[in-house]
Amino acid sequence: MDVISEFFSEYDGLGAFRQTIYLTLVSALLALVIGTVVAVMRVSPIRVLQLIGTAYVNIVRNTPLTLVIVFCNLGLFLQLGISLADQNSPTSIDDNNFRLAVLGLSVYHAAFVAEAIRSGVNTVPLGQAEAARAIGLPFLKTLRYVVLPQAFRGAIAPLGNVLIALTKNSTVASVIGVTEASAVMKVMMENRPDVIFVVFGIFAVGFVILTLPVGILFTSLSKRLAVKR
Amino acid sequence: MNDSVTSTNTVPVKTGLVSLTGVNKHFGDLHVLKDINLSIGKGEVVVVIGPSGSGKSTLCRAINRLEPIDTGTITLDGQPLPSEGKALAKLRADVGMVFQSFNLFAHKTILQNVTLGPTKVRGQSRAEAEKNARALLERVGVASQADKYPAQLSGGQQQRVAIARALAMDPKVMLFDEPTSALDPEMINEVLDVMVGLAKQNMTMVVVTHEMGFARRAADRVVFMADGQIVEEAEPEKFFTDPQTQRAQDFLSKILTH
Repeated sequence: MDVISEFFSEYDGLGAFRQTIYLTLVSALLALVIGTVVAVMRVSPIRVLQLIGTAYVNIVRNTPLTLVIVFCNLGLFLQLGISLADQNSPTSIDDNNFRLAVLGLSVYHAAFVAEAIRSGVNTVPLGQAEAARAIGLPFLKTLRYVVLPQAFRGAIAPLGNVLIALTKNSTVASVIGVTEASAVMKVMMENRPDVIFVVFGIFAVGFVILTLPVGILFTSLSKRLAVKR
Repeated sequence: MNDSVTSTNTVPVKTGLVSLTGVNKHFGDLHVLKDINLSIGKGEVVVVIGPSGSGKSTLCRAINRLEPIDTGTITLDGQPLPSEGKALAKLRADVGMVFQSFNLFAHKTILQNVTLGPTKVRGQSRAEAEKNARALLERVGVASQADKYPAQLSGGQQQRVAIARALAMDPKVMLFDEPTSALDPEMINEVLDVMVGLAKQNMTMVVVTHEMGFARRAADRVVFMADGQIVEEAEPEKFFTDPQTQRAQDFLSKILTH
């Protein structure tokens, strides 16, 4: 079982999982912001915005994540020359790959976040928005103070599912050279094909340790913060 | 239904605070408001009654444009209703509305329900808004519930909070859309008492209701609607004792015999 100690000492497995967590959290925050904007567009009274929101969700949700991530690298960076890192920095390539991966992951998962929030909006009775409009709140304030706070609470469980999916999907970032957990796993498997199941097991357990508490936390939050009607 | 005599001669015409002229509204094929003309004077209490589906709720909701109308004009204080956007929101702030299902903000405390409008629409400071809100909650008799959430209150208490929430905006007119229809019978009076109190303080009110007792007690004028039309309007005593139209006689005979 020396492979387990190798995981910690030679391959910096913890560092790899730290990178996975970092990649997940940054992407999750950005996805939440983009997803909220898209969800607001979809429920807005302006037809053009509705169409843009719907198109975003349908196009992004039905594109494989690998395509999105690879496009960020090959399309945005290599073809269009869009770099997200300082070219002169010594870690320029790593930084750029990481940020492109964040971009791809967040743009992709924003579509699912938007759908989760929209399902949350559907849990808010129409009368809530009517009452808000009746006291003179304009559209955006109605959303901000009345509809969205209740919608987020109704969307906690599905948002948790998106976060779990995002955690696991962050492994796709390895295809554009981000050294998160699965990238390190591939290296370990190449070096130690004799204990391939152990290596696989280590990383599988690692991901379960990451995602299981998220699921438990979000389930309990969704119950605790549920709006009582 | 062709016996619609609009007996406006019985009511002195005051200057219209709210004025509806030639208002029509369809829901698909259904013609829910048919050429409605109605003027509500400052300080006047108008009770709208009529059978279900007669368009009385739609009429009430059209006044602050929660229901947009197809044709005709509605003016508030001489200003026509803006179509959408900031101007409409500004106007709605001056029109208080009380709903059948209360519609208190479920995620906010009673106090926050009452202060939301004044702070976010009127730009009052929180301290000022809370002071006013507590006074209003006192006035409607639910001051002790200020820190609870709507779901913890009875229907009657919730509806009184809803009235306080509307009053907090210092409205020019209050609209009541069947405010007691969702209440247990024993809670109806506590809400009606608050409304009678408002009427006595010269609040301009449009009240859609089935509470004939309230109409008799507090209304300056009863408007009877059927099939999307205003069939009859009169002072309450006259309307209840001597309805002019067949449709109103029919309606009253059905509800007053029990």
